[in-house]
Amino acid sequence: MRGITKIFDGKVTANNNVDLDIYKGEILSLLGENGSGKTTLMNMLSGIYFPDRGQIYINGEPVTINSPREAYDHGIGMIHQHFKLVDVFTAAENIVLGLEEEGKLDLARVAEKIQKICDTYGFEVDPKKKIYDMSVSQKQTVEIVKVLYRGADILILDEPTAVLTPQETEKLFTVLRNMRSAGKAIVIITHKLHEVEAISDRVAVLRKGEYIGEMKTSETNAQEMTNMMVGREVALNIDRPAPVDPRPKIRVEDLTVRSSDGVLKLDDVSFTANSGEILGIAGISGCGQKELLEAIAGLQNVEKGSITYIHDDGSEESLLGKDPLQIASMGVSLSFVPEDRLGMGLVASMDLTDNMMLRSFRKGKSVFTDRKTPKKLAEKVVDELDVNTPGVSTPVRRLSGGNVQKVLVGREIASAPTVLLSAYIVRGLDINSSYTIYELLNLQKKNGVAVIYVGEDLDVLLELCDRILVLCSGRVSGIVDGVKADKNQVGLMMTRLGGGDTDEQ
Amino acid sequence: MFDLIAFIPRAIVQGIPLLYGCTGETISEKAGSLNLGIPGVMYVGGICGVIGAFLYEQSCGGHVNGFLAITIPLLSCLLGSLLMGLLFAVLTVTLRANQNVVGLAMTTFGVGFGNFFGGSLIKLTGSDVPSIALSATSRYFSRGLPFAGDMGAFGKVFLSYGFLAYAAVIIAFITAYVLKKTRTGLHLRAVGENPATADAAGINITRYKYLSICIGCMIAGLGGLYYVMDYASGVWSNDAFGDRGWLAIALVIFTLWRPNIAVFASFLFGGLYILYLFIPTGTDLAVKELYKMLPYVVTIIVLILTGMRNKRENQPPESLGLPYFREDR
Repeated sequence: MRGITKIFDGKVTANNNVDLDIYKGEILSLLGENGSGKTTLMNMLSGIYFPDRGQIYINGEPVTINSPREAYDHGIGMIHQHFKLVDVFTAAENIVLGLEEEGKLDLARVAEKIQKICDTYGFEVDPKKKIYDMSVSQKQTVEIVKVLYRGADILILDEPTAVLTPQETEKLFTVLRNMRSAGKAIVIITHKLHEVEAISDRVAVLRKGEYIGEMKTSETNAQEMTNMMVGREVALNIDRPAPVDPRPKIRVEDLTVRSSDGVLKLDDVSFTANSGEILGIAGISGCGQKELLEAIAGLQNVEKGSITYIHDDGSEESLLGKDPLQIASMGVSLSFVPEDRLGMGLVASMDLTDNMMLRSFRKGKSVFTDRKTPKKLAEKVVDELDVNTPGVSTPVRRLSGGNVQKVLVGREIASAPTVLLSAYIVRGLDINSSYTIYELLNLQKKNGVAVIYVGEDLDVLLELCDRILVLCSGRVSGIVDGVKADKNQVGLMMTRLGGGDTDEQ
Repeated sequence: MFDLIAFIPRAIVQGIPLLYGCTGETISEKAGSLNLGIPGVMYVGGICGVIGAFLYEQSCGGHVNGFLAITIPLLSCLLGSLLMGLLFAVLTVTLRANQNVVGLAMTTFGVGFGNFFGGSLIKLTGSDVPSIALSATSRYFSRGLPFAGDMGAFGKVFLSYGFLAYAAVIIAFITAYVLKKTRTGLHLRAVGENPATADAAGINITRYKYLSICIGCMIAGLGGLYYVMDYASGVWSNDAFGDRGWLAIALVIFTLWRPNIAVFASFLFGGLYILYLFIPTGTDLAVKELYKMLPYVVTIIVLILTGMRNKRENQPPESLGLPYFREDR
């Protein structure tokens, strides 16, 4: 199959005159920053969107793909970033969903066919297991099997590794290589360069909806790919200035937190966060990171343990039993980025100025709120962090993810915190915006702020953080030195307490 | 002495309209549409059947043909509820209006529609009492199995009902089977749980939503028809149907969206609904009122229990009440 040209016009030109070839028996990486149109392009191939101009050819034949079902008919299957699975259904039910096979719905026969696919490529799937009982990696496997079940020859994976541990990623890559040997064409959308190098045969780069170029992976390197993506030279190293005068700022001891339905979320967690230092927190998602930060910010009920804030003069004060307002007034600032990003930090339908006001509206004596200061602050944030927005009176929801993030971080930093809590702060951001954020964090660190950074990308954690606390199902698996630790070690600690020997079980 | 043999058939005939409403609402909710218009739809179903029967009885002048006497009200009822279903579907699926608002409006409209035409027909007949009796038609609807009378208690409990009662049970079981075991059911549930996923899997969301709403409304409408023609022996009087529609919606939650459970639950509700007539309460009306509360109390208790158990299968369909927008940029 060759010669795919697609143009997508509308209010936003997501893809402009893109040519892309996908070959059998090859893994192609589609690289680009956020909003460069990678996903849009692939969505057109998989029938979610319809191209406004251009033509798709498969095996030399021009084809029209109007719906996901037609895409399947042409052997194209896409694994989306957000899994398209029905939680209360079993794996088998999800896999046959939407299929119009002959005869009665026979889940036993379906299970057999699933098993055959699994054996061919080396997966493990329990057809009778409900999706809500599955780990992220298992859900992804179900998605892949679902696509293969429909006989897809062209598989598109949208950021498949974003949610996986290094070990799971390696497993996925093995499967992908098996599929490549079986003659399938595979496209993986990503912005992690080392994965591009590890898995793909060819790289195609998109920038701002335009096709920039492609090359053989073996003939390029990370620096060249980044430059193509961003369109200019970018330094790929994250600075890690030495900690400035680190002094204990927050001490957490034996912290235990239960969720409202009684599940143990944090179990005897103890650590100290120092000023002038970035403390990384690593762990598979849902291992208690959220609860930990919320406990510090006063948003969680704590079952036992203590959280102590240490003032500059050495006096100590407990944070437990204080509400978020009191804690915030002590200089603890939470820049939490939940999965829906606009959930806890910003109000989507309010504009930039009003969102800035959420931090300051209590100030002042008059009954009327002061709008001028927040407006100035908004303008300053837009200016300094290079936020791409029509103006400060634009509702936040109309900004792209990266810009929303900058607004949130800008506001939190402006309140001059002494502790900055950040969770998944670069989730969904492209390389360029991510690096801006890292620089901001480093700047805070230099100013003597205790930064707690909950992250997903181990490479970044290892490059950015001075110390890394590894959580494993709510317990501290260990605290490692960011300079000395290696990725495999941390990865193992994430999946097993203390990162014990692999042959332990 | 509590007369069980008399009580059970009474409970069942009380339960049948609820069962129709519940099955219809379940189909609609499983596909993600919270149709609070069901009480209105049942009113419309009832009055349309009455209008059909009335016109037929007037036109044939006493020589009632059994087949037509059943078909005409049945079809008018189905047509009326189908139109209500289409109204709901167009407003909530195509125009993406808020389901709660549309549903409540439809209930208000349906009740008003029923009372308006009911009132008009009563005027036309010029009768002294504020009701119309369609006893000729009703005879065909409420005719039990011929040998029921010869079989004593068994006949009384199981065989003494009109055909619509048996149809209700059969429809409920078929619905349960279709939802659980067939491909169509799987797709329908997927639409209610996660329309984006269903869409990506190539399922036509709009078609499933329209069909589930319309079929759901038609089934619910039959509940209204059964009430007038069989339970009330063909006597329509305004507001007599009462709050049975709401009880049907409560029943959906009570049965955890399972029509096969609804068969028994509706009889239970029917029983609770009339329990006050069978328990000697003396002259104290307040106690009677307390007994009338029972179905609602039971529903609340079940809600609390299912909320505490928190099992995923027992939760409402995940996208219930939400309009579906295909993401577009």
